[in-house]
Amino acid sequence: MSTDGSDAPRRPKLAVWKFASCDGCQLSLLDCEDELLDVVGAVEIAYFLEATRATVPGPYDVSLVEGSITTAHDLKRLQKIRRQSKVLVTIGACATSGGIQALKSMADTEDYIRAVYARPDFIKTLDTSTPIAHHVPVDVELRGCPIDRGQLLHVLTALIQGRQPRLPNYSQCVECKRAGTVCVMVAKGEPCLGPVTQAGCGNLCPRVGRGCYGCFGPAEGVNTRALAGHLRAGPAQGGSGLDGPATRHLFHTFNANAPGFREEGQRHG
Amino acid sequence: MTGEAHQHSGMTNGAAPGLVCLTDDGLAALFAVLREAGCEVIGPTVRDGAIVLAPLTSVDDLPRGWRDRQDAGHYRLAPGTGPARFAHAVPAQGWKRFVHPPEARLWTARRDSDGDLSIEGPEAPPAPRAFLGVRPCDLAALGVLDGVFADPGAAHHDPAYALRRRDALVIAVSCGKPAASCFCAAMGTGPAAGDTGADVALTELVEGDRAVYLARAGSPAGAALLEAVPHTPATDDHHTARRAQADAAAAAQVRALPEAASRILADATEHAHWADVAARCLACGSCTLSCPTCFCATVEDSTSLDGATATRTRRWSSCFTEVFSYIHGGAVREERGARYRQWITHKLSSWHAQFGTSGCVGCGRCITWCPVGIDITAEVAALAADRPIRNRRAPARLRPQHTGPRRRKDDPPA
Repeated sequence: MSTDGSDAPRRPKLAVWKFASCDGCQLSLLDCEDELLDVVGAVEIAYFLEATRATVPGPYDVSLVEGSITTAHDLKRLQKIRRQSKVLVTIGACATSGGIQALKSMADTEDYIRAVYARPDFIKTLDTSTPIAHHVPVDVELRGCPIDRGQLLHVLTALIQGRQPRLPNYSQCVECKRAGTVCVMVAKGEPCLGPVTQAGCGNLCPRVGRGCYGCFGPAEGVNTRALAGHLRAGPAQGGSGLDGPATRHLFHTFNANAPGFREEGQRHG
Repeated sequence: MTGEAHQHSGMTNGAAPGLVCLTDDGLAALFAVLREAGCEVIGPTVRDGAIVLAPLTSVDDLPRGWRDRQDAGHYRLAPGTGPARFAHAVPAQGWKRFVHPPEARLWTARRDSDGDLSIEGPEAPPAPRAFLGVRPCDLAALGVLDGVFADPGAAHHDPAYALRRRDALVIAVSCGKPAASCFCAAMGTGPAAGDTGADVALTELVEGDRAVYLARAGSPAGAALLEAVPHTPATDDHHTARRAQADAAAAAQVRALPEAASRILADATEHAHWADVAARCLACGSCTLSCPTCFCATVEDSTSLDGATATRTRRWSSCFTEVFSYIHGGAVREERGARYRQWITHKLSSWHAQFGTSGCVGCGRCITWCPVGIDITAEVAALAADRPIRNRRAPARLRPQHTGPRRRKDDPPA
């Protein structure tokens, strides 16, 4: 951990940035309790306000970006961060799809502001909540609400070692079956987004008997229409008997704006 | 280890061929003998609303009285009061996870402070195990996997698999209550356990308020096991009841695959039906991962943060994923229909050319555990009923080869 300009190789500079979000994803880095000392040994924490007020100016080797873009000011800040970052990794559903706040993209933003704030005239916001990749090039995306810290460590390790990170883009079902988790859809009739949701969480919900709510967003090549049709079918047809609004709510949560989930939700009630 | 993988399997020489009868106490004694011999006993038990395969601590862990209902995309378990412990059809998973684990370390390399590398091989095989309650279809599935991994001459010979198979004592139990998803009778793999393939083959009969177990040894190890537990010779009535159970279980099956399935698939490389399947298929991979013979896996590398340790891990994969067919520039099979075609054609058709057998044993898991209930038997029926829209005969280069002797990698060129 030499910082005295000796022969030790320079540690990569890591920065963690926040946009519209709850901070849960960046806290996943602090949650890496067993590995935290190794992480600090491997990288220089240059900008991470949840951890320390001390900051180091850019450029940065790796930037972790949390949150979605909801204001014009944030967009300018993001563009500056991109210019200062060698590798930009978006972390979490907000940064990768716009987050739950992207529901406003499908509603009247003025209505929301009037409903929430005592002085709506103080609020200056865009009508949309958009993912980081809509505005600047993104090198790696980490899904989840929140992200999986194992995946975060995997990505940091790969970047430090100069390897390509390996992140699954297949369905949650693959993880469930590997783990031996009994399918909650087939054995209980639970509505589950697992078949159309990207793996990576470690099948958190199905393994405790509840359906996946899609916080990792759409897997590649998903067939949301077939799944929604099945969920809406009655139990006699093998479905879960969901009505339109329930089906829309299932798709329109943390990844409401993700391609596939957005359109599927809009088709129902 | 050449040949040892089959030490317990398929051998009848010297084994007591007679059918004997074990009571409840006899089954408990059999369990105790296995445990005393240091065997981990794995068998069916109830967990999370399904019958799964897991380590058992006593016969009380067996799903006594439980009945399952399985159909396309549907599984429900109901408790009962009967004395039978094997009144269910196939458990949620097959046995492949115990011989071809979902995740297995292939090697780990460590670099010490001097820069020297040390390499550790695959994880040590588990302690000897007994597979209790292997259904005949699943027994056939183990045979299919043996053909892929245990055969020392096979292109995919896996020494770790061979060790796990060698150290597993297989106790099969004939299936008396097939589910609506089952079609072992059509595949010729069940519902009765044959005289070969298992160390012990059991048939469970209910006599009033108790269950009895007719047992036949299929190997010297199985014969020794039966010798060690209290038993009586089976009666004529037992023989009759055993045959009647097998006949009834075969007659109760409502699904089937035609014998011509291989040819039907080979002729259907271009077919309008693939688009129909693609509209329903979620490409989630549940069918392949539930299948007791689907063996595809991927190999992934990981390192420690400081780069001093690197591990190569093999994990189950699925031909329904995009990455499965990814080569430089993109995936070969982007479309869901192409992925379903790949799976079903390999399973039912090109598997014959590759391994000399069908890849399907008729367990019906791909039907039950498909979240949207896609039914392999119905898809084959649909493909057989409709003529392909074009290219009724696919170009030769796309057509699986079915004829001619099975070739091995090390065979001299013809």
